[in-house]
Amino acid sequence: MAAAAFYDLEGTLVSTNLVHTLGFYARNQPDLFRSVRKSATTLLSVPLFAVSDQYSRKVFNDLFFKRYKGESEDRMRFFADELFETVLKPAVFPGAFELIDKSRSLGLRQVVVTGALEVSVKPLMDYLCIDEWVANRLEFVKGVATGRLLPPVLASATKASWIRTYAEREGINLSESFAYSDSMSDLPMLSIVGHPAAVNPDFRLRQTALHHDWPILNLK
Amino acid sequence: MALQLRKSTHESIVYIDNDSAPRIMPSGEDFILEDIPVGTRVLYPNPPLKGLPNREAAIRYAVNHPFDCDPLYAQLKPGMKVTIAVDDISLPLPPMATPDIRQTMLEVVLDLLAANAVDDVHIIIANSLHRKMTPWEMKRMVGQKIYDEFYPDRYYNHDAEWKEGLIKIGETRHKEPLVLNRRAAESDLLIYCNINFVPMDGGHKSVAVGLCDYESLRAHHDPQTIRESDSYMDPARSELANKCIRLGKIVDKELNVFHIETAINNRMYKGDMDFLLKNEDDFTAFDRMKFEAMRYTMSKLPRPARRKLLHSRPAHYEMTACYAGKTEPVHAKIIEKGFQQYAIPVRGQCDILITGIPDISPYNVYSILNPLLVQVMGLGYHFNFYRNKPLLKKGGVMIVHHPCYDEFDHNFHPSYIEFFNRLLPESRDAFYLRDKYEREFANNPSYVEMYRRGNAYHGAHPFFMWYWGENGRQHVGKVIAAGAENAHVPAMLGWERADNLTEAVAMARNIMGNSAEITMLHQPMIGIADME
Repeated sequence: MAAAAFYDLEGTLVSTNLVHTLGFYARNQPDLFRSVRKSATTLLSVPLFAVSDQYSRKVFNDLFFKRYKGESEDRMRFFADELFETVLKPAVFPGAFELIDKSRSLGLRQVVVTGALEVSVKPLMDYLCIDEWVANRLEFVKGVATGRLLPPVLASATKASWIRTYAEREGINLSESFAYSDSMSDLPMLSIVGHPAAVNPDFRLRQTALHHDWPILNLK
Repeated sequence: MALQLRKSTHESIVYIDNDSAPRIMPSGEDFILEDIPVGTRVLYPNPPLKGLPNREAAIRYAVNHPFDCDPLYAQLKPGMKVTIAVDDISLPLPPMATPDIRQTMLEVVLDLLAANAVDDVHIIIANSLHRKMTPWEMKRMVGQKIYDEFYPDRYYNHDAEWKEGLIKIGETRHKEPLVLNRRAAESDLLIYCNINFVPMDGGHKSVAVGLCDYESLRAHHDPQTIRESDSYMDPARSELANKCIRLGKIVDKELNVFHIETAINNRMYKGDMDFLLKNEDDFTAFDRMKFEAMRYTMSKLPRPARRKLLHSRPAHYEMTACYAGKTEPVHAKIIEKGFQQYAIPVRGQCDILITGIPDISPYNVYSILNPLLVQVMGLGYHFNFYRNKPLLKKGGVMIVHHPCYDEFDHNFHPSYIEFFNRLLPESRDAFYLRDKYEREFANNPSYVEMYRRGNAYHGAHPFFMWYWGENGRQHVGKVIAAGAENAHVPAMLGWERADNLTEAVAMARNIMGNSAEITMLHQPMIGIADME
């Protein structure tokens, strides 16, 4: 039976997080006034994002993705390559390539399961030679973002649920599979595979990894 | 009268009689005082040989008067590519007081290289599948000046998983592959700076093991090789040494190696802890006071603090010999010198062997002696400290004194945790474990990354530690863990447990009889029982 390696993306394979992407789009508004306003709002919201993320990933998502309301789909896709070149590509951890290469050489399927936005991560997936990936999708009405995510919203338990469905569909043995994440919110995803590992973990995940004797990797 | 006669067999052998003082035993981070059964033979390490008064001069003399090759200066040409490989932190134990002998060797060699306009120089730590040394440890080992000049671009750890950094050198007629560090292999000259701590170290093992990859290592780090090594501390009867020699022949054919080997004495402690090397019957009042002060202080500290304290005390080894040149003649001379320090002539095997397990081993410097390492110290190192035949009779009982706590270092020994908790409950058969799981662990991407980018031992390393105890496991009838604070760790290792040494001796006598001959290794026992 085949096995796979499941990766979280932001904080795990790249040093950026969702706020960096939002900040990039905020800086690149159609006019200077909107750019300044959006950037300032994003900056001021950072503490709120941090607190809500500690409280619940669902609450965080609800608050966070509202910031995309009014963005045009065309514009987001247009800037995706620039986002990759200027923000994401330099942020890939040096050890990410080694980890993926080693994992691939063992015949494991490489799957990224991320809460980031689909429009923004595709070039990065190509760069990392990852064919199988799933990300969050913004809802667009008449080409304009509503600030809501289309289901399934990938976060916490839904990532684990997506992996279970994927494994069943593809005949993947989860006991022999690996999962990598930096965040406590991905505990469900880490818990359903036979070989979980914490990567550049936050304090809470580090403590959990120590408690469960999981490997702790530093890809920086 | 008989006891009196037996007392004079050798200065390192003491027989316990009715008025003998209790003996000090290390047991993890503690030092305990135990009354040993009357008639027990206690083996002490030989007194330290006198160190060379000027080690820099001795090293300089050795490189200028090498065995079977031109002096080092005569081999140097401007612009040539030179790599210097050095032993890693696994020896000596504990890490020695600065300046480390490796620093002195490097200073002599680097001076010579600079004087001959050799600029393309790299220093590689031959850590093989051991953990990579931290920058702090690397600096401590070579000194600030060399560190500042070479680290990190030209002073680094060997990486056995960096494919581009490795190259296949050849294969023995027994199909044992040899893949070595590319930089070392492609250099015009490879200079190896070794410290010989136990007879297993040095010789062809230095390059062929220290700078190899996993596939090369697994060809000889296997249970069968260990079973056929009687013992691996006796190079003449060690299959492990034979295999390293086979690989070394390829190294000598393909590479230009200039080997510098040094022997050290066994002065592990000096000053306030030197009493640990003495016969307790000869303790002065001051020695007793020092011991009680140490014991009192330690009793007030939590275990991590005791560990930290013990690991922070450097050893005071002195260099007793240095030779240079081609690997084999150099190693032969160093082994001879080593046995001069270590060999204790012993007549007669024992039925029960007692040994305290100290807090340090080659694999847990600045870290925890986890259960697998307790096993490797007992059934591996302490059991194998013999020449000709084991100190313990076949089927005898070995008593190890250690708390056997279930603690692991997550940064240094991540794969040990999985080995201990997942594999040992399934099987303790070294051959089965090797066939079924060794490659899985070796290729586990998490462990590979932790070895490469962190300071973790290679994923396959716990297997080698298990194999290291293989000839001990085959020979010993029963192992009793005295002072074990839990039941499950000894059980997982296949051992029995006892609350204390008295209980353990009673259990052992139940098996071996009341007239069983008992021998105790007095730790720190850097010595070899030279069996008649």
